[in-house]
Amino acid sequence: MTVTAALSRYADLPALIGLMEGDEKHSGAAHSTLDVLWVLYDRVLDVTPATADDPTRDRFLLSKGHGPAAYYAVLAAKGFVDVPTLRGWASFGSPLGHHPDRTLVPGVEIGSGSLGHGLPLGLGMALGLRARKIRRADGTEPRVVVLVGDGELDEGSNHEAISVAGRLGVGTLTAVVVDNDSSTHGWPGGIGSRFEGEGWEAREVPGRDHDAMYEALTRPHTGRPLAVVARVRS
Amino acid sequence: MRRTFAETVNRALDDDPRVALVLAAISAGMFRASAARHPGRVIDVGIREQAMIGVAGGLALTGVRPIVHSYAPFLVERPFEQIKLDLGHQDVGAVLVSIGGSYDAAEEGRTHQAPGDVALLDTLPGWTVYVPGHPDEARDALGAAIPGDDRVYVRLSETANRAPLPVSGRLHVVRSGSPRSAGVVLAVGPMLDRVLEATADLDVTVAYTATVRPFDREGLSSLVGTAGNADVLVVEPYLRGTSAHEVAEALADRRHRQLSLGVARDREVRAYGTSAQHAREHGLDTEGIAKAARDFFLV
Repeated sequence: MTVTAALSRYADLPALIGLMEGDEKHSGAAHSTLDVLWVLYDRVLDVTPATADDPTRDRFLLSKGHGPAAYYAVLAAKGFVDVPTLRGWASFGSPLGHHPDRTLVPGVEIGSGSLGHGLPLGLGMALGLRARKIRRADGTEPRVVVLVGDGELDEGSNHEAISVAGRLGVGTLTAVVVDNDSSTHGWPGGIGSRFEGEGWEAREVPGRDHDAMYEALTRPHTGRPLAVVARVRS
Repeated sequence: MRRTFAETVNRALDDDPRVALVLAAISAGMFRASAARHPGRVIDVGIREQAMIGVAGGLALTGVRPIVHSYAPFLVERPFEQIKLDLGHQDVGAVLVSIGGSYDAAEEGRTHQAPGDVALLDTLPGWTVYVPGHPDEARDALGAAIPGDDRVYVRLSETANRAPLPVSGRLHVVRSGSPRSAGVVLAVGPMLDRVLEATADLDVTVAYTATVRPFDREGLSSLVGTAGNADVLVVEPYLRGTSAHEVAEALADRRHRQLSLGVARDREVRAYGTSAQHAREHGLDTEGIAKAARDFFLV
């Protein structure tokens, strides 16, 4: 018999977000990252509350850090965060602020909020896991998945990490770029081409299509880091 | 000290599988053999200092002990937000090792100088800061730093004292004044030999440290307690007054006077030449220190 805990489904995410943002008008659709976060935690990442400190776990880094209600809602649905904790968010004693702090929230891999820090940190994690020869039981290497926004890519530090990861062939690193067209000057030629030019494999998907995102995030690729550009009109 | 650094880190890479070195092109040639021996543990990101610190933070998050190295301005100033967030805010550590302290790179000009490095790191909690005054002290500071998990800055210089002293974290008394002495002079790192010379004819206690953070407040308090006057002169090789607040805290329980010598805060020296010439310009040569000491101690 399978017991589904309360508030653990995709359909529950708007209610969980409502616990933080306080009203019903904020449906899940208002959050550009909600769908990709759900697909990652529900179907892609090999990490659970029980393995949140396991060296062989997959790592997810929310680089953009802004608007983390969708992130906290997914973490609550998956059992990393207690649902009642959501209610006090951004209050003085709450572990949940408008930008996440890894030392306060179980399952959160990095503190973020200032843009452009997640990709270099994720690159370092992937290199560290490789240097320490950390492998899962089946012999594969853990993945490091970094979510960045298209506006966040304006920060030059991302491009330092994109170049290095491509040149060093860090195949365990995945960048998910949520593209909601918020970059000030845009990316002529497409965001994917910025990664491909540096030696990454790039895939573009509709950012609300769960199966397409799952496929793009899991279809095998070898040797090169992977960029998945998820287009969202929010 | 740079050669000592390379020898020490190459040995650490051989001995400790936890150690990795992150570079941004600078000094890469000194680690070629290690890079070949230890694939994946010598990481040269190219001239990308933000990525250099970010990668170090990511490495530390997986249990690696990163050592990060460049010229002081490119190590501390350019990626300062990465130091604050990718190390401190993530609650992880690294060993940052700079060269070019203050005006060592005199001929290169202002772009290659960072006399504010220690003051800048001093705005962040949890940093241990070593300012070795001799290559052996650089080796000892690295030896203490590398096995840990904390945040450590080792500031190397081309200027050195004639003899090494222990790197203990405590102030080390080099010369004791009489019970009626004029006060205490604290020399930091490469400043010691010239401080000893500059104060040779004064009745003062001369103390030395290569560990400026955490600052040995207790040690200073007790040295001042045995001196004839609660007057303290601090001679630091970087930004003037960097440790003034530490001296004030150490002596908050008594009336005291203090003077700080160091690199000028109020102007940019637009000159090249030698580090000795820059020392003179900042009053950090033997003559400058001697004059400031006589004036301060009212001799």
